[in-house]
Amino acid sequence: MLKRQYYITIGLVLLVVLGVLNLPEPTAGKLKLAVGGLFLPLFGIAGATRNLVEQTGNTLVPRSTLLKQIEELRRENQQLRDQLAQAQEALRENAQLRQALNWQRRVLWQLKPARVIAQDPANWWRTLLIDVGRQDGIRANMTVLTADGLVGRISEVGIFRSRVVMVGDPNCRFSAQVQDPRDKTVVAKGIVSPSAAGLDRLLVDLMYLPGGSLLKPGQLVVTSGEGGIFPKGIVVGQVVDVRTNDYGLNLEARVKLAVNLNRLEQVSVITQ
Amino acid sequence: MNWLNTIAILLVAFLAVFLESYVRALRNLVGAQIDLLPALMVYAGLSASISTVALAATLGGLWFDSLSINPLGISVLPLLVIGLVIHCCRELILREQLYAQFMLGLAASALAPLLTVLSLIGAGTDPLLGWWSIWQWLVMAVGGAAFTPVCFHLFDRFNRAFNYQPQVQTSFRPDREIKRGRVPHVDH
Repeated sequence: MLKRQYYITIGLVLLVVLGVLNLPEPTAGKLKLAVGGLFLPLFGIAGATRNLVEQTGNTLVPRSTLLKQIEELRRENQQLRDQLAQAQEALRENAQLRQALNWQRRVLWQLKPARVIAQDPANWWRTLLIDVGRQDGIRANMTVLTADGLVGRISEVGIFRSRVVMVGDPNCRFSAQVQDPRDKTVVAKGIVSPSAAGLDRLLVDLMYLPGGSLLKPGQLVVTSGEGGIFPKGIVVGQVVDVRTNDYGLNLEARVKLAVNLNRLEQVSVITQ
Repeated sequence: MNWLNTIAILLVAFLAVFLESYVRALRNLVGAQIDLLPALMVYAGLSASISTVALAATLGGLWFDSLSINPLGISVLPLLVIGLVIHCCRELILREQLYAQFMLGLAASALAPLLTVLSLIGAGTDPLLGWWSIWQWLVMAVGGAAFTPVCFHLFDRFNRAFNYQPQVQTSFRPDREIKRGRVPHVDH
């Protein structure tokens, strides 16, 4: 039989849990950030230790290997400089043509680099923490990406860190379009949703595609810009296969994500 | 020295949550992260007072949720249920048996995610569930089960190092000591 002390303890814990669960969303968010802030020193120590290990490892690399790497980087740097010069020329030409045709000028993204510090400890969410926050100009719903493609959006912002909801999480559904790889024309538009049935965590579903769309494996999936969160044209992934839904009324495609979300170390946030 | 044990349990809970969030090697290898808190609740349920069990469940759950997108406080009740059930039945459990520790860890680590997911669905959220979740659930259960004996071993060593040890009673009695050798000569 349960003793009186048990009842008091259970009652107290229940009171705390119900109190916290019923807090208004902004207050709960602030409390969550405050509680999570306790881990910041540990994340700092872990990051510093990792850097130290990396630096120690670098000192052990032989001089010949380092010289070889420098030579390769010099060559790559020269190639990139040439490409940059060409790109700047193309950009100038593009701006002139846009002006001539009276088209709206495309705004270039301002990127804020960030380091991934932790992942969601729960297996049923796909979120991660990055080391930039409000003091770096980060706000909710900003786009997070890598050079390979879309990672997700900012969901919670603290002073020094932010939470990113990644593509494939139930809280990150957005509109995307399938492009033809040859002429970049839009083949179909749909909604990116988490894949429930798949065993591969890098697959997502592109749902509600129009029935007659000419979809083929290998076609590129990019953000459509609709919905107001993600800018247009960020690579999401490639179509793997297509199946018919709702008696042929619409199609559903499985999309392999362009970014390996399991091994993210460095990301960028579009701040403007 | 009961408070020392409580502090140690809370410290391990804090570190466990940090490691679950920071270390990604296992998740990349097997596709699932192991939750160490249920195993810790098994230890707390068998070795600590009810207030320590409640404190470990509350703080452990809040810490876990603060690093996750879970609603804050949702993981507390599953941990408390595990701790309470074990605490109530602790007279019947062979605490020292490795097999018992493993089986309790398995049951607790299997039950905690189930209860948490049910709470999440009940709270109106939409966690990512599918066929893959069964594999993740198995990994969590087995991983937690394997960690439970380790947890017991570590805490037992900690307690041996920091707590007073009970004095061992020997069968030696000075009044019954048989004195051997030459009897000292007495002059009359």
